[in-house]
Amino acid sequence: MPSVGKSELRYEGKEKLRGEAKYLDDYEIPGCLYGATLRSSVPHARIREIVFDPRFPWSEFVVATAKDVPRNQVALIELDQPLLADDVVRHAFEPIALIAHPRRELAYEALSHVRVEYEELDCVLTLEDSLAVKHAIYSTDNVFKKYLIEKGDVEKGLAESRFIVEGEYRVPHQEHAYIENNAMAAWWEDGALHVMGSLQCPYYVHKALKHLFELPDEKLRVVQTATGGGFGGKEEYPNMIGGHAAVLSRKAGRPVKIVYDRAEDMAATTKRHPAIVRHRTGLSREGRLLAQDIEVLMDGGAYVTLTPVVLSRGTLHATGPYECPNVRVRSKALATHTPPNGAFRGFGAPQTLFAAELHWEKIARETGLDSLRLRRLNAFREGSTTATGQRLKESVGALESLERCVARSGYARKRKEYERFNRDARKPVWKGIGLAMVHHGAGFTGSGELHLASRAALSLTREGEIRVLAASTEIGQGTNTLFAQIVADSVGVPLERVRVETPDTSRVPNSGPTVASRTCMVVGGLLRRAALELRKELRGAHPKAPGSPAALRAAARKICGAGKEKIFEAQYQNPPDIRWDDQNYRGDAYGVYSYAAAVADLEVDKTTYEVRVRKITTAQDIGKAVNPLLAKGQIAGGTAQAVGYALYENVVMRAGAMANPQLTNYIIPTALDTPPMDVSVVEKPFSGGPFGAKGVGELPMDVPGPAIAAAVCHATGAWIAELPLLPEKLLHAHKNNGQR
Amino acid sequence: MRGIAESMAWIRPRSAREALERLAERPEALPLAGGTDFMVAWNAGLQNHRTILDLSRVAEWGSIHATKAGVIVGALATHSTLQRHPAIRRDFPLLPKACALIGALAIQNRGTLGGNIANASPAGDTFPPLAVYEAIVHVASREGRRAVPFTDIFAGVKKTTLRPGELITAVELPFPRTRPKRSYFRKVGTRAAQALSKTVAAGLLWLSSGGAVEELRFALGSMAPTVRRLKSAESFLRGKRLDGPAIDHACTLLERDVSPIDDVRSTAEYRLAVSRNLLREFLENQR
Amino acid sequence: MPIRITVNGKRRIFGGPPFKRLIDVLREDFQLTGTKEGCGEGECGACTVLLDGEPVNSCLIPVGQLDGRAVKTVESLAAGERLNALQQCFLESGGAQCGICTPGMLMTASYWLGSGGSKDPSAVRNALAGNLCRCTGYQQIVDSVIAAARKRKSRA
Repeated sequence: MPSVGKSELRYEGKEKLRGEAKYLDDYEIPGCLYGATLRSSVPHARIREIVFDPRFPWSEFVVATAKDVPRNQVALIELDQPLLADDVVRHAFEPIALIAHPRRELAYEALSHVRVEYEELDCVLTLEDSLAVKHAIYSTDNVFKKYLIEKGDVEKGLAESRFIVEGEYRVPHQEHAYIENNAMAAWWEDGALHVMGSLQCPYYVHKALKHLFELPDEKLRVVQTATGGGFGGKEEYPNMIGGHAAVLSRKAGRPVKIVYDRAEDMAATTKRHPAIVRHRTGLSREGRLLAQDIEVLMDGGAYVTLTPVVLSRGTLHATGPYECPNVRVRSKALATHTPPNGAFRGFGAPQTLFAAELHWEKIARETGLDSLRLRRLNAFREGSTTATGQRLKESVGALESLERCVARSGYARKRKEYERFNRDARKPVWKGIGLAMVHHGAGFTGSGELHLASRAALSLTREGEIRVLAASTEIGQGTNTLFAQIVADSVGVPLERVRVETPDTSRVPNSGPTVASRTCMVVGGLLRRAALELRKELRGAHPKAPGSPAALRAAARKICGAGKEKIFEAQYQNPPDIRWDDQNYRGDAYGVYSYAAAVADLEVDKTTYEVRVRKITTAQDIGKAVNPLLAKGQIAGGTAQAVGYALYENVVMRAGAMANPQLTNYIIPTALDTPPMDVSVVEKPFSGGPFGAKGVGELPMDVPGPAIAAAVCHATGAWIAELPLLPEKLLHAHKNNGQR
Repeated sequence: MRGIAESMAWIRPRSAREALERLAERPEALPLAGGTDFMVAWNAGLQNHRTILDLSRVAEWGSIHATKAGVIVGALATHSTLQRHPAIRRDFPLLPKACALIGALAIQNRGTLGGNIANASPAGDTFPPLAVYEAIVHVASREGRRAVPFTDIFAGVKKTTLRPGELITAVELPFPRTRPKRSYFRKVGTRAAQALSKTVAAGLLWLSSGGAVEELRFALGSMAPTVRRLKSAESFLRGKRLDGPAIDHACTLLERDVSPIDDVRSTAEYRLAVSRNLLREFLENQR
Repeated sequence: MPIRITVNGKRRIFGGPPFKRLIDVLREDFQLTGTKEGCGEGECGACTVLLDGEPVNSCLIPVGQLDGRAVKTVESLAAGERLNALQQCFLESGGAQCGICTPGMLMTASYWLGSGGSKDPSAVRNALAGNLCRCTGYQQIVDSVIAAARKRKSRA
């Protein structure tokens, strides 16, 4: 019985349901101290002095500052970010010092007995000020990174166009709001550093700590604990907290745990990059795209962190899933004195796709052409060529997703019906229905996977058990279950024979980070290769293996010889026909794309301007649903995050700091705010993915935002091209728009 | 996780009398009922080293009972209890409606009416109903008792007119002379469930047999430092028929009695415009 | 003055400071780490337990207020190795992803089912509105609770 394609039960489901899964704070670590972090209260300043209250019993505490860090750089893409600010702070809430005590609350209380004397410096807090170089804060132009994609001749395309439509779109910060806050622990044993915690990328933490403490590989071990949500928020930030715990632990000679509370997590850790996107689009009389001229600006925050890569993905998705002969995408990420923005599900794409998709509504308004028809006309098909010149050879489910969504939601009928409904001024609500369609590249961009050269392995034990050894983390998305299913079917054994080991850098190879919708497709693909190798050996060792349990055991004993296990490892190799030019941003930006469409059906209350989404219909082409229940869970979850992004989630920044760092004031959707969803999976298999699978993790985050915005515009007649669609903005737009 | 349990002094009276005695001895002590607000601040490390007067064992302040003149709600009655009480549901239906929207069930099970009032948040959802029902707050200290009209209990944001040593013991809801013709409650938060209010409204309306306004009571929360009755609109409409011009004018009078602000939850512009819409919705009987 | 509480049917005594929060007493003193802290604001519901059968936020209650009362946590649901019907429905319908909101969600859902709550989807959504989940989009949680409500009906 094949397991792939079946909704197998979640691998670690039972322990989670029994409350037995152990998250970092559930571990009782003997002799452990708790760490607290002293943070900057200003966005940009020179630190004159850190003053410790002389009447406070500091001998009971362990205190660490920048001078306790051997090499004070958090290694990621650049080395510009210190683990603890030394002479200058560059954003509010930047870590300055650390305090540890056996009692968590006393460590926190000690923070109030430290005073930092600042000499405040000029600061740049907004994207606009950074672009205008109000002050040069990074290089001479404040630009962290810029990209240019060029295809054809945009000016020529615009000159030949019947219609030229311009639009500007704005998207805000977004907080991950995983329900488990960031949490890491560290201890030293015989000169070796042990770190464990809530994290997505064990080898990122490994790399960062190696650099901080100048350690050889064998003196460092990173282990993932059960992780209560990530969404990108635990991609790079655990490097920082892990480093803090390790510095304190080194000084204290005891283990140290750092568990953030909600306010600290929200105020200090990364957010989705805010962006401004401008479109100038040329179309033929019938609506065919002739030119797309796109400008993308992103706010990177105070340090580089992952910004260049986020900007890259945003840039590569800026056109939407449409073919156009003449394209220019110019993008820049800028520095500001705000907490660094970082990875968040979608990684730059939800920002630029919001603009690309809502822009169709602008085009429809200005040309009188129907936005659905425009999408149908221009959508990627097999054989289409993208802005980077990539030819889409297979697995292009854009139109199929679109048509399924349109049919299941009754889009065309309701569009007309609601227009009639809205003409009746006595109705207490306006109704609207809106559409969007997106693509999302699976895996790392361009040559990223080749540089990563990820590895994943299987261990065959003497008892004939197969163990998955991969650094990909289970953060709720179903890694364990998917891996077990892929391996079981590839080897040809029942699912129960496969165990998945906890990511532990002393045991699992570097499979790369758990990001970029790459876990199932890329790492799953490696495991499939290792599994096929393992199967071949089993068959060679015993003719009836792996089919019969006895033969499997016999074969395993033979293969393992005197050892306890034999390891089968596979490493990433680029498919021969993939080419990418990183200098000119030309070629195959991604091995393959997933596609999605969504229809948002909603009402806007005329009394309060509140939006109630009644239903979201979505169809998503993910190649193959290895586990349909889990795949739909990913889609529904991403959809809800995007509903929050579109309607509720509002990071209020004041003086460079989040002014509403509480779940009471930063509003994420409850069960009552999240609409019922009609989720369907489109399967256009990808020959390069295991069993045809492509990526699913990020895709659902891209599509509801513009669909909701389109529906709100449909309902109210007002034009709002900025998220979140707060009632305050709807009221304002409505007032300016006059009565409809 | 930032609260220090050992730093808290803990006084646990068993009776109302003892509670008032102990508070007289320690007027700096902070009365604690359901803790749904205080504990949030305590968790953030903002309330360590305090003396707490825990009222959870004072049984006499937890009951609800009806008299000839009205219903007396003990200060320690929870928002859940209030929603279930038949006399309140029948005669003061706006109050259970408000209680049902205070946080989620887990909060309603702990939060108390007295605690809510003593806390004096501008966004208190029970306040507009209590204002239009013209509730009376019963207050006691070791020295004696007094009764305070509901809107006079508030002095400002998070400030009451309670004197040192005083505790809220009960809230009296007087039966109106006649049943109002219409009643109204609507809360506008950021999302459908458990959100703090941007504006919150309650209204009662009595009409004469000829259709003129005998009495209008309309109150708004989150629109000023304390809950506000719309005195100007209420007196303007007295004796008038609710026709278009009268309603329009009443809506323009609204802003005389409120002073909304911009904060992390909303804007003054929105609060004012939507509050006007709520008043209009009520007067036009659209809901 | 030691505080006596019944936790998951067992009588326990807590001799520490009365202002210690219920969640900390459960997790640190009674080693019941199934109950999670997500916000400390009474907003996310991850710390939900049943107090005398009714859901409360254990991060907002000083244990000193609970002398003589009964608390139930997620650890009370399964019978030994066997999941109860609600947990089994969560497993089969995809109600748990990262698992951190799950204990609180299960306790609220238990109360809903036990108090005769209906299987109407919007009523279920309303009942669960005090428990935030960031993974599932709630759809499969609602499905799980409805499935459990059906089982309950068919058993009765």
